[in-house]
Formats: sequence, C-alpha cells, structure tokens
Amino acid sequence: MTTDPVLTVRDLAVSFATDDGVVQAVDNVSFDVSAGEVLAIVGESGSGKSVTAMTLLGLTRSPNARFAGTAHYGATELVNASEEELRRIRGAEIAMVFQDAMAALNPVQRIGRQIAEQIQAHEDVSDAEARDRAVALLERVGIPRARERIDAYPHEFSGGMRQRVMIALALSCDPRILIADEPTTALDVTIQAQILERFRELREQTNAALILVTHDLGVVADIADRVAVMYAGRIVEHGTLDEIFYDPRHPYTWGLLGSIARIDKPRPPRLPTIPGLPPSLADRPQGCHLRPRCPHEFAECAKVPPLEARGTRAGHADRCWLSPEQKVALREVLPGEIGLRAKEHAAATEAPA
Amino acid sequence: MSTNGNAPLLEVEHLKLYFPIKKGIVFDREVARVHAVDDVTFTLRDGETLGLVGESGCGKTTLSRTIMRLVDQTDGSIRFRGRDVSRASRRELAPLRREMQMVFQDPYASLNPRKRVGQIVGMPLRRHGVSPEQAERRVRELLDRVGLAREHVNRFPHEFSGGQRQRIGIARALALDPRLIVLDEPVSALDVSIQAQIVNLLDDLQDELGLTYLFVAHDLSVVRHVSDRIAVMYLGKLMEISPAEELYTKPIHPYTAALLEAIPIPDPRRNRARTRHVVSGEPPNPIDPPSGCVFHPRCPRATEVCRTVEPPLTQYAGDHLAACHHPLNVSADELEAARRSDASPLRAGAETPRATVSATD
Repeated sequence: MTTDPVLTVRDLAVSFATDDGVVQAVDNVSFDVSAGEVLAIVGESGSGKSVTAMTLLGLTRSPNARFAGTAHYGATELVNASEEELRRIRGAEIAMVFQDAMAALNPVQRIGRQIAEQIQAHEDVSDAEARDRAVALLERVGIPRARERIDAYPHEFSGGMRQRVMIALALSCDPRILIADEPTTALDVTIQAQILERFRELREQTNAALILVTHDLGVVADIADRVAVMYAGRIVEHGTLDEIFYDPRHPYTWGLLGSIARIDKPRPPRLPTIPGLPPSLADRPQGCHLRPRCPHEFAECAKVPPLEARGTRAGHADRCWLSPEQKVALREVLPGEIGLRAKEHAAATEAPA
Repeated sequence: MSTNGNAPLLEVEHLKLYFPIKKGIVFDREVARVHAVDDVTFTLRDGETLGLVGESGCGKTTLSRTIMRLVDQTDGSIRFRGRDVSRASRRELAPLRREMQMVFQDPYASLNPRKRVGQIVGMPLRRHGVSPEQAERRVRELLDRVGLAREHVNRFPHEFSGGQRQRIGIARALALDPRLIVLDEPVSALDVSIQAQIVNLLDDLQDELGLTYLFVAHDLSVVRHVSDRIAVMYLGKLMEISPAEELYTKPIHPYTAALLEAIPIPDPRRNRARTRHVVSGEPPNPIDPPSGCVFHPRCPRATEVCRTVEPPLTQYAGDHLAACHHPLNVSADELEAARRSDASPLRAGAETPRATVSATD
C-alpha cells in the first residue's frame, strides 16, 4: 500500500438548518485514503456516514447546508470547489456507486446510452467508441451477453444486475477514487458475495481507492483495509481492520461488534444490545455523544474527547476518555467476547472494585 | 422456547399460489403464471418458532400472506387448529383472525400516518367489540409491554424511530391475544443494535405469552437466534427444513450451503481463512421455473437426474428434511434410513437419494 493519500479530509463539518433547529450531520471528520486502499466508513442510520461521502462530491450542497473543513484531492479542495471544477471531477476522477440503483439510473434511458453519456461528458470520443467501451465495462462487471443487453432499460435488469450497471458506470472513466454508499445492502447474500468479489478484482486491476459506506460489519470484514466508525456525526474510532475487530477501543464499537447476530459462533441465549436510541442530531448530548447509552461513563465524559491515538499504535485513534487498560478490561463481556454491557450489569460488577 | 411434540397449530398442505399474467385488449386471457408458492407442505407446532428464509422472490412473503388469507391460494389447504382456513368465508374467518396476527416488514408503510398510536393499537380491539374504556386500558398495557411509554398513546407514527415503530406494530399484533404471529421480515429495516433489541423483545413475549411464530426473513444470522426450526425456500419450493442449529452445522441441501457460504463473517481472520465458493448466477424467472430440481442451473453438484426429476423432500435422522438428489453431510447409514416425506410436492419423484446417489457416484 502506498503512503501518499489521494484524498485528505480535515475537520469536515456539515450542518443543515431545519425547522427543528440546526442538525449537525457531520462534525469534525478527518481521514485519508490512499490508492488501492479500501476505507470502510461504518455506522448506523443517522451517523453521518452518507453525508460525509456525498459531501466529497458536492452532493449535499443546498441553501440550508453549512460546511466547514477541507477535503483535498490533489490540488483541488472539494468542499469549496466551484460547481464547474466538481463537474470535471465527478464521474471522471471520483465516482460514486449509490445504494438504490433503480433510483440512481435513469428509467427512460437505455443503460448503454447512460454509460456512453458519462464517457462523452469527460472525453472526446465518438458514439461508436463510447458504445464499445460501455460493452467492455459491462463485461468487466460480469454482465453476461453485454452486447445484447446494452440496449435494455434499467427495469429489465434484476437488482444485482442493476448494481453491476452502477459499478460499470462509476468505472467508465477510470476514477482514482470510488465511493460506494451501501452498494450491497439491497441485494441478496449470494448476489452480494458476487458484487464484493467484483470490487476485490477491480481494486487489484485499477489501483483505485475505495471508500465503502456501510452498516454491515460482515461486509467490512470481507473487504476493508481500514475502518472509521461513526456515531452521531463524529468518527469515534479509526484503525486498521484488525485493530477495529480485535482491539476495539471505543465502547460504541464494542456495542456494534457485540450486537451482530452471527452464524460462526454458538448462539447466545440473548443478543447483546446497545441500550437506548441514537441521539437526535438536532439535540446531541454534551461531551461524548454516546454518554447516555454508555455503561462506562464517568465525570470526564462531559467534555468532548478528541480523536487521537491513545494506545501504542499511531494509526489507531479513538474518542473515549477511558484509559487503555480500562478499555481492555471493560470490553470483554464474556471470555473472548467483546461487547457493551448493560448499564445495570456494569454498575453491579464495577461497584466493588 | 421449544415445545416439541405439541399438537400442530398450523398445517399447510400442498399449498400453491400462482399469480396469473394476463394479456388482451377486450378479453383477458391468461398467458403465463408466476409460480410464487409451488406445492409447499409444513406444520407449525404450538409454541414453536419456524424461521422461513430465502432470497427475494422465493415466495416466502407470499406464503406468509397466503396463510393469513391476505391473498387466496390457487390450490392446497391451510388448517389452523384443525379448521380449514383456506376455504373459510369472511364471516367464518373473523373469529380466527383474533388468533392469527401479522407484523409487517416496513414500519413506515404499515402504520397509518394520520392515526395516533392509541388508535392504531386499539383498532383491532374495537373491531372485535371491546368497549372504548377497556380498549384504552389495554392499549396502555400493550405499550408498556413492548417497551414504549404510556404517554406515547397520543403521538403520531412519524414521531417515532424505525425500531419504536416496529414496537407499535408488535403491540397492535398482540392486542387480541393471538396464538400465532406471522412476522414478515420484522427487523430487516432496522439498524443492527436496534435489531437485537426487537429480537430480544419477541423472545420475551413468546416466553410470557406462549406465542407461536412464523418468522420470515432473508437474513440467516438473525433467523438463527429466534427459530426452533428453519425452512429454506427457493423459487416457490421448500428446499430444506431442519432443527435450527443443525441447519448451520450440517446443511444438507447445496442451496442452503451456498447461502451460508455467501454470508460474510464479521471476523477478518476467519473470513480470510475460509475458502468460499460463490454461487454463480441468479434465481431463474418463476414464470418459467427450471425442470427437475429448480436449483439445478446454479448448483455445483447438479447431474442429469436433477434436470429431469424433481427431488422429493426426504426425511433424514432428527427431523431434518431436504429435497436434493445429491445431499451434503449425510452418511451412508443416514441415507439408508432416509425415506420419502409425505410433505414432498405431488410431482416429485418417488426415489429418495439412496438410489440415485449410487447410480451417479
């Protein structure tokens, strides 16, 4: 993996003015992505992961939106770039695969035309050449009989095939960064496995950076190199794949890892949960946002913990005031099992100590 | 949770549901049929949870809706506590509806946005003649039971998160003290941490109220946590029915094995270590299902017999049924002891795998 990042995001903040007040969707988010690398941004609904991804391409701009921070792609700063600059970059340099392919594709245009249109928007090629390239792209993402199916409309494709068309569209100008927002969430598991296989192949062939936005930790474990966990607009933990899964430092990450129903482990009598609900982004708790749900909160948590490396490894950062020793001691709910305790349980077990 | 050996609460026999596809300008004529549910037989015992899994379009939702009589079957029978539901009139169905309730997948679409929570949860009670005062008391009790605050009774659905809405849907289903609840993908629209909360709630309710669940889902990992037995569907047909844990440790049907292999494991080291065979292709069109075994075009083990003869549901040791000519994970002895199940589709072949395996291997 190269060390020179293709994208550097610093202190990105996005807020929207709404009738219910200012919604702080993204707060102080910083990360880098390098060529050939897969960065997964993980979080639940409303954590700000999609807004982060869409802001990089200027897709969240609106009269009600306020932005702060920077996102450098080469010499271009994306957050404040002009629409003209963004148009040059979108699709050509940084491309996006959306979750709902049916909504993202034009229903009244043949898919071949949609791909050719994007190629011709960025490159000066003839219709025939653009069409040939579209066929080649469809073949590359695994659509059988591509030359026949290129004149089909999106509704004639199944969900998995439409998602392949989306990926072909995103790849049409050899982007250096591919942003995929929940690309397999709407798909069946066997089709999801096929699409993830494609992403793996493409990454080897193209050396593009992939930013994968997802809530599915199984998908993350399958494909990511590094992981950023988001909660209520902030990155709460950031590290390599193995750091996040085997040495998680933030209680929210413990809760996420603990609450997944799994097929590879004995069935527990009850699924561990994270108590309570995520906060409203218009009215977030002071200090650490997880505080009201966290069984391990203490006085320090009223202050916002900075995202910094608190252990021995420089790249592994988190936003939690607990000491590294406390974290290691608290995250194990059962021997070898990471999870977030129930509040009552934590109180009962920690009180004597 | 499990009360095996109880009398069957629900018996579904050779159930078929074909959706006609019609064409014509003045007179419609049927040009084709979507085989949504194609000769499905199973029983649901009192107090158990049967998980029903399969990919989109396999007919699992249609099957559950047919059982609730939300759509009318083409052929076959459904008996609830010994009474034939499939041919009951609306009037005859009314009292039965008290005992069979449904929770829907989409907590946004299944609650009337213009009604308050109290009205939504209280509607079944009023429909069945409970007095307004009693209904009100019962509604508050129900909200309490599903983990909502009693004050929520006057709020509208949009004021709630997805998980809370699903709790409202569950409260509504519980209102009339049903025996059976059909849960159609009750957690698939929810975030993981909220999924776990709802799964635990359903678990508690079952223990307390002795409910029977038909739990429809596409997610094999969630189904494992709630089910006593699991049925796997593909293209309108039952591929396998097994005690829950055994399905994961010893899948017999290659389709089940393919589903299990496709699930990414949230453990990077284990994920890297396991070899996965991604099943190729997509489910075929249910208008024109393949001959023989419907899974044969995608199956790595398919042979000539799979293309021509529909495999019968074969009963293996431990109440484990699978419809496959080339079963996985069964010993020679188990094959020897296996027999054709009465739940087999009517068109299926008579031979259990014993004969065909020796012929092809």
